[in-house]
Amino acid sequence: MKLVAVSAGLSTPSSTRLLADRLASSVHGALVAHGHEVEIHVIELRELAVAIANNLVTGFPPPQLAAAIDTVTASSGLITVTPVFTASYSGLFKSFFDLIDPEALSGKPVLIAATGGTARHSLVLEHALRPLFAYLRATVVPTAVYAASEDWGSGGDAYTEGLPGRMERAGAELAALMAARPADAVPEDDVTALERQLSDLRFD
Amino acid sequence: MQFGIFTVGDVTTDPTTGRTPSEHERINAMVTIALKAEEVGLDVFATGEHHNPPFVPSSPTTMLGYIAARTKRLILSTATTLITTNDPVKIAEDYAMLQHLADGRVDLMLGRGNTGPVYPWFGQDIRQGLDLAKENYGLLRRLWREDVVNWEGKFRTSLQGFTSTPRPLHGVPPFVWHGSIRSPEIADQAAFYGDGFFHNNIFWPAEHTRRMVQLYRRRYAHYGHGRPEEAVVGLGGQVFMRKNSQDAVREFRPYFDNAPVYGHGPSLEDFTEQTPLTVGSPQQVIERTLSFRETVGDYQRQLFLMDHAGLPLKTVLEQIDMLGEDVVPVLREEFANGRPADVPDAPTHAALVAAAESADSAKGVTTA
Repeated sequence: MKLVAVSAGLSTPSSTRLLADRLASSVHGALVAHGHEVEIHVIELRELAVAIANNLVTGFPPPQLAAAIDTVTASSGLITVTPVFTASYSGLFKSFFDLIDPEALSGKPVLIAATGGTARHSLVLEHALRPLFAYLRATVVPTAVYAASEDWGSGGDAYTEGLPGRMERAGAELAALMAARPADAVPEDDVTALERQLSDLRFD
Repeated sequence: MQFGIFTVGDVTTDPTTGRTPSEHERINAMVTIALKAEEVGLDVFATGEHHNPPFVPSSPTTMLGYIAARTKRLILSTATTLITTNDPVKIAEDYAMLQHLADGRVDLMLGRGNTGPVYPWFGQDIRQGLDLAKENYGLLRRLWREDVVNWEGKFRTSLQGFTSTPRPLHGVPPFVWHGSIRSPEIADQAAFYGDGFFHNNIFWPAEHTRRMVQLYRRRYAHYGHGRPEEAVVGLGGQVFMRKNSQDAVREFRPYFDNAPVYGHGPSLEDFTEQTPLTVGSPQQVIERTLSFRETVGDYQRQLFLMDHAGLPLKTVLEQIDMLGEDVVPVLREEFANGRPADVPDAPTHAALVAAAESADSAKGVTTA
């Protein structure tokens, strides 16, 4: 099955990308342990930033963005990771999901995750990312993973597991949903579906 | 096959000079462009209909009536006539009147209009757009085809014993195209009635145009009007030409970069690669336009958008000269080459009258 991770990290190396990779390997491990074959694709939104802006302006995706959108919509499970910017997901992260057909992720198993400089923003996952994917009717796993700077170098505390433990739990949850979900029917070559992908014009 | 130009009628600042034409200048420019189209041997001039700035053509039949008086051959059309916010009774009357004044050189393209705020200005609601298009067009057809109409519907007051005047010239209504960029329902409506389908083919990749036209052709056959290849298809396109393609790119770039629809987005190079926009030599325009046939099959009408994004009138007239002298004669010849005999010709009033007469004589009816 196809596991896709979307990372909205901007720097290189990026802790957002690192979290996406670690989560992907956690999901991969859980699926392989149950005898599934898994193919991992990581999409770096930084590489698509100009294409995303162009799609917002023109109403259609340039080829490399169209390919990324197809990869996401055709996945068996999705990991989405954003840095926290101004108390929410980054604009780039939101813009990418703005360009996906609102019905294309219905029922898709999704693991949400975020990175930030301080643990004080961890509820961004619950007040920003979870509602976004609820709107898209995705099935979001219960454990959302937030990695603050200090999480990379410390263990848990009396109330929470450390980052490795949370990643493992979230990965197992996503793997279980992916394994339980029947393969998607191949969508029809339907002009109506195409129409939905194209955004409104102001000039007719 | 027919060739022509279509205009949106936008008042846009020329980004190279910062100058914005007045509405009066723009309206006169549209007329000058139409006259130039006839002068260089093009077949069709089509104007948009808009009811909000920065657009000027709110009253298409007024403009087309004036152009009709100053031309002899040119077919006058629209791109598009708003079937949702105009009263179908008024469309029936206005375009029949225009048909008489222009001796039949009239057809029209119906579209829904996609500007939400315009609808309430005419007592309508954009959320009803598709239903309005269906009901209004159903009524429009009857008004042109039945001398006395009794009608009841959802969106306008009912009609009892109503006769739309004048009756269509020679008893044959203007040919109707349905224009849609993205609504499969409109392609289906065109197919249902056996009318023409027009795709503006400007903003998005040709693959999208191909799918919409294919849907229309398939549905045309489904509704029993003939084989898919017999459906009547029109396409838009936009080009900017200079003898030397580098000159075309250099001159058009500031207009492209600041264009109201796609400006401040992709590069000119990316956009010309991904969409049907062609900026280059007349030969490049010829090759690109001929490739549309591979995309949608043999078709009937090709309209070009030439006057937009703030291009000065002088430049637009030069473009139309090149279109008429260097491009369209080659396109006429090449498109005729290998065109199967059963592909219909582009619609004209004379052909529709002849078809109606032969249908009548087959039924043993004589017309006065």
